Order: sequence, then structure tokens, then C-alpha cells
Amino acid sequence: MLLAVNNISVVYSDVIQVLKGVSLSVEKGKIISLLGSNGSGKTSTLKAISGLLKPENGKVTDGEIIFQGRHIENQSPEIITRMGIIQVLEGRQPFKYLTIEENLRVGTAIRPNKSYKDDLEMVYNYFPALLARRRARAGYCSGGELQMLVIGRALMAKPELLLLDEPSLGLAPLIVREIFGIIKKINEEQGATIVLVEQNANMALQIAHYGYVMENGKIVMEGKAEDLVENPDIKEFYLGMAASGDMRAYRDVKSYRRRKRWL
Amino acid sequence: MRKRVFHPCGNYHENYADQLKVYETDYGRFFAAAGLIVLFGLAPFVSSPYFLYILNSIGIAAIAAIGLNILIGYTGQISLGHGAFFGVGAYAAAFLATRLEIPFLLSVPAAGLITALVGLIFGLPSSRLKGLYLTIATLAGQFIIEYVLVHWEDVTKGTMGITLPKANIIGLEISGDIPFFYVIFIAMLVMLWLAVNLMRTKYGRAFVAIRDNDRAAEGMGIPIFPYKLLAFAISSFYAGVAGAIWAYYTVSITSEPFNLGLSVEYIAMVIIGGMGNMSGAIFGAIFITGLNELLRWAIDLMMNMGMVTQTGLNLAPLREFIFGLAIVLFILFEPRGIAEVWRIIRSSFRLWPFSY
Amino acid sequence: MDFFIQLVVNGLSVGFIYGISAMGFVMIFKSSSVLNFAHGELLAMGAYIFLVLVTWLELPVYAAFLLTMAACFSLGFIVERLFLRPLIGEPLIFVIMLTVGLAAMFKGLILLIWGGNLHTFPDFLPSWLSLNWGSVAVQPVYTLALVVGTIFLVLFGIFFKFSSQGIYMRSVADNQRAALSLGVNVKKVFALSWAIAALVAGMSGIILGIINGVNVHDLSAIGLKVFPVVILGGLDSIGGAIVGGLIIGLLETLTGGYISPSLRDVVPYIVLVFILMVKPYGLFGQVEIERV
Repeated sequence: MLLAVNNISVVYSDVIQVLKGVSLSVEKGKIISLLGSNGSGKTSTLKAISGLLKPENGKVTDGEIIFQGRHIENQSPEIITRMGIIQVLEGRQPFKYLTIEENLRVGTAIRPNKSYKDDLEMVYNYFPALLARRRARAGYCSGGELQMLVIGRALMAKPELLLLDEPSLGLAPLIVREIFGIIKKINEEQGATIVLVEQNANMALQIAHYGYVMENGKIVMEGKAEDLVENPDIKEFYLGMAASGDMRAYRDVKSYRRRKRWL
Repeated sequence: MRKRVFHPCGNYHENYADQLKVYETDYGRFFAAAGLIVLFGLAPFVSSPYFLYILNSIGIAAIAAIGLNILIGYTGQISLGHGAFFGVGAYAAAFLATRLEIPFLLSVPAAGLITALVGLIFGLPSSRLKGLYLTIATLAGQFIIEYVLVHWEDVTKGTMGITLPKANIIGLEISGDIPFFYVIFIAMLVMLWLAVNLMRTKYGRAFVAIRDNDRAAEGMGIPIFPYKLLAFAISSFYAGVAGAIWAYYTVSITSEPFNLGLSVEYIAMVIIGGMGNMSGAIFGAIFITGLNELLRWAIDLMMNMGMVTQTGLNLAPLREFIFGLAIVLFILFEPRGIAEVWRIIRSSFRLWPFSY
Repeated sequence: MDFFIQLVVNGLSVGFIYGISAMGFVMIFKSSSVLNFAHGELLAMGAYIFLVLVTWLELPVYAAFLLTMAACFSLGFIVERLFLRPLIGEPLIFVIMLTVGLAAMFKGLILLIWGGNLHTFPDFLPSWLSLNWGSVAVQPVYTLALVVGTIFLVLFGIFFKFSSQGIYMRSVADNQRAALSLGVNVKKVFALSWAIAALVAGMSGIILGIINGVNVHDLSAIGLKVFPVVILGGLDSIGGAIVGGLIIGLLETLTGGYISPSLRDVVPYIVLVFILMVKPYGLFGQVEIERV
């Protein structure tokens, strides 16, 4: 077990509770997918793991997060990143004024003084689009390029555990397909363990090994990705298909009740 | 008669008008009224002249600080030239009163308008600038105005200064601390009332939108440039009015007080009081003016006791030090200022014992 | 004509010193986007520490200089540690206001310790440093400033463009949250940039002290003059700061020489307002890239 999250609660500014007992476990070398609607606590879960709650005045008030046998709840991001957990933030946060290559070099921050040339090559191999633009300022690159950039930047850190927050946000379906393909490739070739937070459940479940579904700060369902895809509830609420496979009508009272029941 | 509201047990607004209410509960209304009665009925008569002078200084500072709060706290633009604008108001009033013999009631708002115009000029760079650069433009404004105040001798009489005639309201002469107390605090309440209500209009909401995200505000159809200019003008207007009243109050003015230090003092009032909170400006004015007087008093006392005659003189910079320390401590420990402390105290009383 | 040339030479010399005084300011801005209103006080700190070491402890100049540099470096470090570190992640306006408060604190402190009188350093610069072309002369201190300033300039240029630490520092200025998520040690970056900035400021403070004498009021005024200088050059460009300094220095001496000495100190700010209206990001600053 690479990472175990046991029953954590997260509270922002001492008053707003967003996670109410979330548990999940991540096995080495696997892709875990975290699904759920907006505000269900997916991003907060990631931030609790990576330590980025702190700058936002959030705190893990209960429960424990264990990474490679060490407690990391409420640790500072400097320490957690050095243990090998790197989060790719939601909404692509490039360093706008730095060139693509300089952006990638920042990824080496957790292991400075080591050569970064090989890693650069590795990233350019995965994302040839970046190589063509390596001298361009990141601020002037397209959304797709930026998403590749931020994933590549995280890869430069050689993470044990990569936390990806909505890599498909605002991208064209073709680009999304490409990026997911690369994520899968990274997982297979580098053996990187990945926790993937997604709205695009369909895509996420295609490449993930295991999935969790969150609602209202709790985990309401979990299972192997292939089982989740077959689950009628998941099909209906996240994949947009009625149990029979037709497009469903949301006003259908029965399904509303069913949904209510498992929230 | 409508239903009285005392203890809301949560945030249950039923319509938009509800959210815009100045007083959330009728308790607030009651305490405000009680406060006013004490302020106007009691304060001037029980306080010593010195204390009354401090109160008056607080009132004037509060007017200027309210204006600066509109700019910093609500529109998100830092101005480092507020002290100079205060000076422009003072000189404008002095000029209007001595050369054109305009009566008090007219010259004060007129001085405000003149200051607003000057403010507009220095607000112009905001057309193309954001936050940091704009702050520097106002810093430039501070120095340029200071220079003009000293060197445009035809109007300002340079270092000689100007002596103002006595203020006069419809034949009633205003001089001495008690009449000025009423003038200052009525003016302050009017200005406060204007400011609070301004923030409930579409203009106020536009200011806040610009502060929170000017790109998004622009996308929503708020023309940013005119609104930023407007905020600048309004804030300068407040500084001008405060300066004008101050000029009448102190009778004789020179350009020395309107330096960068004064601008910093106003910023300190807004920060320590609480940005984006009208009562914050008043808290800030009380705190800074009070601190200034307290330190002056303490140093005087030490000098008088004779034990530190020589060092007493060298202790004067202590004021500056403590002043800076106060700003630093507030930013470190309660960046939302006294107003926030006050709110927390109030709500913890109100919500006790179930805080969430 | 000689008068004009001498004015130009003086202006450029003074301007270069403005430029190097501004370097520390730009350092802090580059790494943390903070406008440091206490910069003038940092200059003064350097000058006063040097003063104590040279005149009162009578240390040899080189030792005193090195000690001052070390002291300033630690001072910047401590200031960051005590006052700025708790504000990491808070809105910028608070940090900037904090430096305003720090400025008042330092000024008060310096006045309490050393008083407001003008002090001077002993004359220790060798005369071979002064340059003469006919009737035009450059004083030794300006030659010294030119050499020292150029060295610092080149070092910083290399540091920010190529070294990893320099790139980390720029990344923090750019997007603090993202830098944090990649494990950039934001605290270390801030501490380092304040320490280096204070060191450079101390160095400039010493040079200014040699020229004008040591007085906290004058030095903190120069700390504010840094603003027109860096705006002209663009807030984030160290080379730009030097060019901005040269322009401001020239303008000042020419105005002082031909129009009126009292206008001298205001001219930079008048120019500043016009520059801002015409070219809002300065002559060399990078245009803000905004994506929503």
C-alpha cells in the first residue's frame, strides 16, 4: 500500500467542513480515479494529501494520511513534495512569464543540484508539442499545451505519486483523449502511481484501475473501474445513460429517489 | 408596524433587499441611536478641551479615512497620496475663503469638489494601470502636490501659510471646540451615511466587482476606467472635505503636515480599522489618532518628570517606531482590522454557546 | 559646454547609483511581487552599520565592508523570517502595507539609536580612482560605484536567467501556489531574496553615504526615488533599473543645473506620471499576461 487515507475530516477556516470521513487507499503502480460532482470534496482530498490545504487556511482535523508508512497529515507541502507526492493543480497553473523549458526546470525543485537534462528529454518524448515551443513564454501557449506542460513539469520531479486534478478541464475532446492516452502511458512506462480527479467520468474510468465516487464530502461508492462502468447508478448519474442504455430523463422521480438514498 | 427583528438564528435572507440592509437586526438600530445620543448630547459637555480636541481630530480623520476606505477597501486601489489630497482640500478652502470670500457652508463642499478634480488627474494613470503601478502613480502625486503647495506662491503663499477667517453658518459664528464638534461630527455622519449607501447602489457593487476581479467585472459590462476614476474622485472628495474642515478648525495652515507621513497614517487607519468595512475607517481613525496623542502625552510626561530631559528629546522617534509596529502587528495578527475583532466579539456573544 | 558635459557626467554617475540602489528593490519584486517601501531604510541600515564599524570601531575598510555585507544579509533574512514569512499566501496588499509599517519602524529605530544628524565616513578612497578629461571630472566614488555595480549586475543577470535557484525564485514570483505544489521551497526563496536585496541595498547605502554623508532622512528619501527609477525601467528588469536610474539621474542634474534646484527632486515623479500614462509597464518591463 503506497498511500492510505483513513477517515479524514477537513475543515477550512475552522468553520467550513468539506470532508466528513474520507478513506481511500492507493496501491503502487495503479491509476485511481476520484469522481464526483462539483463541490463534492475531490480537490480538497487531493490538497489534504499534498499539503496544499495549509496556504488556504484548511486543516485535516481528524483521521490520518499515511504515505509509505509515514504520517503526512497537515505536513507542509515542502516536506510532502520531497517525499514524492506531486499535485498538478486544477485549471493549469503555468508560470506565465517563464519559458516552457524554464517551467519544466522548476519541476526539479525537490531535487536540485542534480542533472535535469535526461528528464527534460523524457518529458519532451511524452509531449513532443512542448519541444517545438520550448523557448516560448508559457503565458502565450494554448490550453492543451499548458496541460501537457503542467503534467510534464510534475513528471520532472519523478513523483512516486502523481495527483492530477481535472486534466480535461476546458479542453477539446481530441486533446483530452490524447492527454489521457499519455497519462496511461506514463503510468505503464514510468510505473508512476496516479490519483486522477475527473468530471469526465467516462474517460477517467477507461484508464483507471480503481475508482471512488464522492458526494458531499464522503465516499459513497468504490470499486474496480470495470465494475463501476457497469454499475447502473454510475451509468445513470455520471455517464449519462439510463439503466437500459438510453439517455435518461432527469425528472424521473424514481431515479431521483434512488440517488437521494445513496447520498 | 413591521415586525421587529432581534436575534437571527442564521443567514436567512428572503430577497435581495434583505441582503442590502444596513442594520441586520433592530438591536443594531437601537445601539446606533443610543450611541448618537451619547455622542451629541453628552460627549461635548463632559470632556475636557484637550479631549474634545482629540475627538474633533478623530472626526476629521474619520472623514478622510472613510474616503480612502472606499478606494482601498472597496475598489482595491491603493493610494499613497491621500495626505496630499487632504492638503489640497485645506488649501482650496483657505483660498476660497480668503480670496473669494465664499462662506463656510459653500467653501467646504467646493473644496471637496476641487480636490476631487485634482484626484481625477492623478487617477488618470489608472486607465492603463493595475494595482502596483497605480500605487506608485499616487506616490508621485503626493510629491508633486507637496511641491506645488510650497512653490505656487500666488495661491498658497508658500511657506508663509494662510490664515482663515472664522467659519460662519447663516450668521452663526463657529469657533472653539464645542461648535466645531457639532460641525465635524454632523459632517462625518453625513459623509458616512453617503458612503454606506453608495456601497449599496450599482456603483458600490461595481467598485467591489472591480476589486475582486477587474477582468470579470469588465466582462460583466462594467466600464472599469470610468468607475476607477469615479472611485478616485469620490475618495479625493472625502479627503478634500476633511481637509477643508480641518483648515477652518486649525485656522492657520502651512504645507508641512501634508506629507507622505500623513498619507501613510491614513492607510494605517484603513488597514488597522479594517479594509472594506465602513466602521473600520472610524475605528482606525480612533486608534491612530489616539495612539498619536497617547505617545505624545507619554513623551511629554517623561520630559516633564525631568528624568529624561535629554533622552526625552531623542525619544521623539519612538512615536514613529511604535506607529510602524502597530501597523505591522495588525497585519500579522488581524489583517482584517479592528472591525473584524469587533465583529468576532459581537457574534461570539450573539452565538454563544453554540459557535457553529 | 563644459558645464553641460559636467552636468551630464554628474547626472550619469548619480543615475548609476540610483540604478544600483534600485537593484535590491527589483530583487524583492522579482521573487515575491512585493513593493518594498522600506527599501530606503535598508539602504540606511547598511550605511549606519558601516559607519559604526569604520568610525567607532575603527576597523579597516575592507573588513568593515565585508562585515557590513554579512550584517545586511542577516538583517534581510531576519526581517523576512519575523515579518514576511507569516504573510506567505496572504493578499499582496497586506504585504505591501507591512513594508510601509516596517519603514516607519526602522526609521524610528535608526533615529533612536543614531539620531537625525549628518555623519560622514572618513575619506578612504584612493585618488587614482578619480577620472579626468580636461575640465570634466569623475569623483573616485563614482568609479567605484561603476565597477561594483557592473559586477553585481552581471552576476544577477546570470543568476536569474540560468541558475536553478534563480528560476525557482522567478517561479515563485509568477505563481506562488503552483510553485508550492511543485515543492519549491517558497520560504527559502523569500528569505534568500530578502537577504540578497538587503545586501545589495547595504552596498548602495555605503556608496550613497560616501557621497552625501549618512542621514536617515536623506537615505529614506532615496528609497522612494527608487520608484520612478524602477518604473522607468520596468519593475522586474534589473538592467532596466540601471537605465531608469541613468535617465532619472540625468533629468535631475539637468533640471537642477538649468531650471531650478528646487524642482530637482520633483522632476522624477513628474516624469514618472507621464511614463505611466504612455507606457504603463515601463520601458523594459514585461507586459502582464492575463488569461482568465
